[in-house]
Amino acid sequence: MMSLVLLAEQVLNGLQFGVMLFLMAAGLTLIFGVMGLINLAHGSLYMLGAFAAASVAAATGSFTLALLAALAAAAVAGVIVELLIIRRLYDRDHLDQVLATFALILIFSEGTRWAFGSFPLYLDIPPALSGPVSLPGGIDYPLYRLVLIGAGLLIALGLDLMITRTRIGIRIRAGENDREMTAALGIDISRLYTLIFALGAALAGLAGALVGAIQSVQVGMGEPVLILAFVVIVIGGIGSIRGALLGALLVGLTDTLGGVFLPEALKLVTDPASAKAVGASLASMAIYILMGAILIWRPTGLFGGRA
Amino acid sequence: MSREAQVNLAVVVALVLLPLAAHLMGESYWVTLATRAAVLALAGVGLNIALGQGGLVSLGHAVFFGIGGYSMGILAYHAQTYTPLIESFGLPGTNLMPVIWLVAAISAALAALLIGALSLRTTGVYFIMITLAFGQMFYFFALSWPTYGGEDGLSIYVRNRFPGVNTLAPIQFYGIVIAVLLLALLLSHRLARSPFGLALAAARQVPARVAAVGLDPQRLKLVAFVLSAAVTGLAGALFADLNRFVSPTMFSWHTSGEIMVFVIIGGVGRLMGPVVGAMVFVLLEHLLGGISEYWQIAFGVLLLLIVLFARGGLIGLVAGREKAHG
Amino acid sequence: MKMGRFLLTAAFAALASAAAAEVKVGMITTLSGGGAGLGIDVRDGFLLAIQQSGRSDIELVVEDDQQKPEIAVQLADKMIQSDKVDLMTGIIWSNLAMAVVPSVTAQEMFYLSPNAGPSALAGAGCSPFYFNVAWQNDALHEAAGAYANGAGYGNAFILAPNYPAGKDALTGFKRTFTGKLAGEIYTELGQTDYAAEIAQIRASGADSVYFFLPGGMGISFLKQYADSGVGLPLVGPAFSFDQNILQAVGDAALGVVNTSQWSKDLDNEANKAFVASFQEAYGRLPSLYASQGFDTANLMLSALAKAEPSDKAAFQAALEAADFASTRGKFAFGPNHHPVQDVYARKVVKEGDIYTNETIGTVLTDHGDSYAAECKM
Repeated sequence: MMSLVLLAEQVLNGLQFGVMLFLMAAGLTLIFGVMGLINLAHGSLYMLGAFAAASVAAATGSFTLALLAALAAAAVAGVIVELLIIRRLYDRDHLDQVLATFALILIFSEGTRWAFGSFPLYLDIPPALSGPVSLPGGIDYPLYRLVLIGAGLLIALGLDLMITRTRIGIRIRAGENDREMTAALGIDISRLYTLIFALGAALAGLAGALVGAIQSVQVGMGEPVLILAFVVIVIGGIGSIRGALLGALLVGLTDTLGGVFLPEALKLVTDPASAKAVGASLASMAIYILMGAILIWRPTGLFGGRA
Repeated sequence: MSREAQVNLAVVVALVLLPLAAHLMGESYWVTLATRAAVLALAGVGLNIALGQGGLVSLGHAVFFGIGGYSMGILAYHAQTYTPLIESFGLPGTNLMPVIWLVAAISAALAALLIGALSLRTTGVYFIMITLAFGQMFYFFALSWPTYGGEDGLSIYVRNRFPGVNTLAPIQFYGIVIAVLLLALLLSHRLARSPFGLALAAARQVPARVAAVGLDPQRLKLVAFVLSAAVTGLAGALFADLNRFVSPTMFSWHTSGEIMVFVIIGGVGRLMGPVVGAMVFVLLEHLLGGISEYWQIAFGVLLLLIVLFARGGLIGLVAGREKAHG
Repeated sequence: MKMGRFLLTAAFAALASAAAAEVKVGMITTLSGGGAGLGIDVRDGFLLAIQQSGRSDIELVVEDDQQKPEIAVQLADKMIQSDKVDLMTGIIWSNLAMAVVPSVTAQEMFYLSPNAGPSALAGAGCSPFYFNVAWQNDALHEAAGAYANGAGYGNAFILAPNYPAGKDALTGFKRTFTGKLAGEIYTELGQTDYAAEIAQIRASGADSVYFFLPGGMGISFLKQYADSGVGLPLVGPAFSFDQNILQAVGDAALGVVNTSQWSKDLDNEANKAFVASFQEAYGRLPSLYASQGFDTANLMLSALAKAEPSDKAAFQAALEAADFASTRGKFAFGPNHHPVQDVYARKVVKEGDIYTNETIGTVLTDHGDSYAAECKM
């Protein structure tokens, strides 16, 4: 049966998954909160970050440079896309936004495949962070994943401070509340929008690079994460950074623990073979069931004020 | 006759005559392509009821398309293997198209009632994301549900029967599909002008005023969502019959996106929008796909241009901005 | 660059010979999306064999199925109705094969499978017109079970994605493995994070791990497994260790044993010539899939030398003879038109900067499949 050590390890895994989801969801939720834009191409920026990191790591061998490259590439791509396309969509209805960003996915995915070929790229954990460390209580846990948890929580804290304490944060909050008024106050609204879009893109690119080191860097890698990030911000409430963090952790833990415990729990009521199969099916649906339940309770999510 | 009415008439004539000409010239593959376009158009007509008339941006219509497909797959599978559908009742499967259609439309409608009742508690971007998430949920379920093939899908080796028609002949099957499509178009047209359609349009534009006259805008939208799902479910059953195969990819969110793309390319809220959109999509897929593996880049750019610069879709370009309804 | 030029010449050759073409071959394979690498290798291997044969009367129609079954079904319709091909090949994925092959063979069209081998087509659903030139899906997993026995593993932890091929994989492994199972897990299809599974492996007390995770799933698993420090020996089928993905896995794959019916160092003339000419033509090492594409084309060429596809019985007999020099050394068909062949154990090694495989032994000799008895043709 399940030991405490194993349980603790799985909770850490859930946290790590949740923290990475947060990096994706934070950008999405800011972009929606401030500009009212639904961006399906956010997953493409995640993919772009991973590809940029893998290319730079292959050329220089430096993981730090690779992360910087991921941030820069995703931010630059974000700025270009915002200036050329996205800014024409702010006044449009969600339908146009969905369609245009769906078109961007096609362009980014096939463009990346055209540029990098159809084979996955190589990106690995830096030697200094590889291998497991022993935690109190006898848990062996990969150091890199611990670093991911720490880095993600730091970024969450930084974002929260930025929004509540800094000038730019004040502008962002003003932008969320009343766009016309913000502009009337003499804030250059279009520069603010470009900045926020670039910030969101950079976070997604960073997530792609960080996760790329322990996963496969390949075309289309951003789409499953994108959909999970949507679930996260729907649960957390659109526009709320704190909601995104809570939602991300809930989704991460539900997904990880559900996959482990549902098959075990079903073994108590049915034979092991079908418990495994049915349990795995249910586990893959668990986060959507969680989302449905939360929406019945609070239709605008945990921290959401308006729809 | 307005410009749009002329365009609509031209589209209907083309729908009937072009495949017939292809058939007479022995180009049966073009008939198959036209059938695919017509089935996808039907799915778009369904979505257009929710999207164009009800203003509901559903990114989860693949659920209903897939349910329609699996209705066909499951019923035909049991008919094919002579096994009862539900063990304890001894209820048999069937390979009769009208029965399959009915089951497909009703199953999709029931699913829509459930999903709609939940999703319509929200609006705007929440609604988009929730319908997307429901789509994923069904996708994962179909993927891992072993009874009907899971990821492998279900092959139905012989196309289902329709009394008096040889469904295996491409042109005859096309005849069935086109008849269903024209019926659905007529229904959609009538719906838009019915008291319900007018109330729905009002619920989309000024929900407060609808509520003020004692109508529940949420309920109107739910009914539109359910009707829309039923038509898309019917399209799913025909799509499965066209391919003689169903698989979880029918549930994937790309399918939802593509159905939406047909509607937009043609023109949202336009009667013939989905038809023109699906025809153009299938044609481009066939022509561009033959030129380059990377045709989706070109397609993405085209789609982007239409969204950014041709807001009425292709029909809007030809027929001008004023809409016939909506 | 080199590959581009070669494709261009192949295309021109096809155009030039279109008028005179006597045989038209339809290839439906995956050339776009995440799984494109496999289809491209099959196509390139196939093209290479045709080019080497010097036959200019063979026209190859290649279409991309985008790894979507619906598209594959459509393309099959197009090739039969519009292109009027004489025989078909190319499909990579089992689910696409299940969508296309039964209706193709029902129309008495020959289909040569260069990769997918679902059990349904090997057993009750077999057809005189269907030939599998790769393997029945279970073969490499059965070999892995046999290898684990030989290596002295007695308590294996096994995992695969929760979909039909994944279940077949674990069934295949268990068919030959005689030890105990420390755990058996079905993961989500397309899953990218295996931390939870690795934690379970660590806690299970297993002495070895068998996994079937094709494509990007395998890359993710291997990297995370290596980083976890669990360190139990891994065994897998060739799919997670092939030339097309090894470079993306890197050191994490070094030393892992995998089972395959082909390896680039197999010592026979046909294979040496194939590996050298593939590298020459495309500037990369061939993968398992490339070898299968190459063998498929050579099987077809050997049959075309004896009979026309329109002469069904004669062409079928010519295919059954399998009278070609396979890159695998020996090759024969069983009664259900699936291979009877040797399966080898390979180990991942690094040659210079390139990760590749080295053969360490033969695991199964003249191995057929366990579905042949159900096949009545």
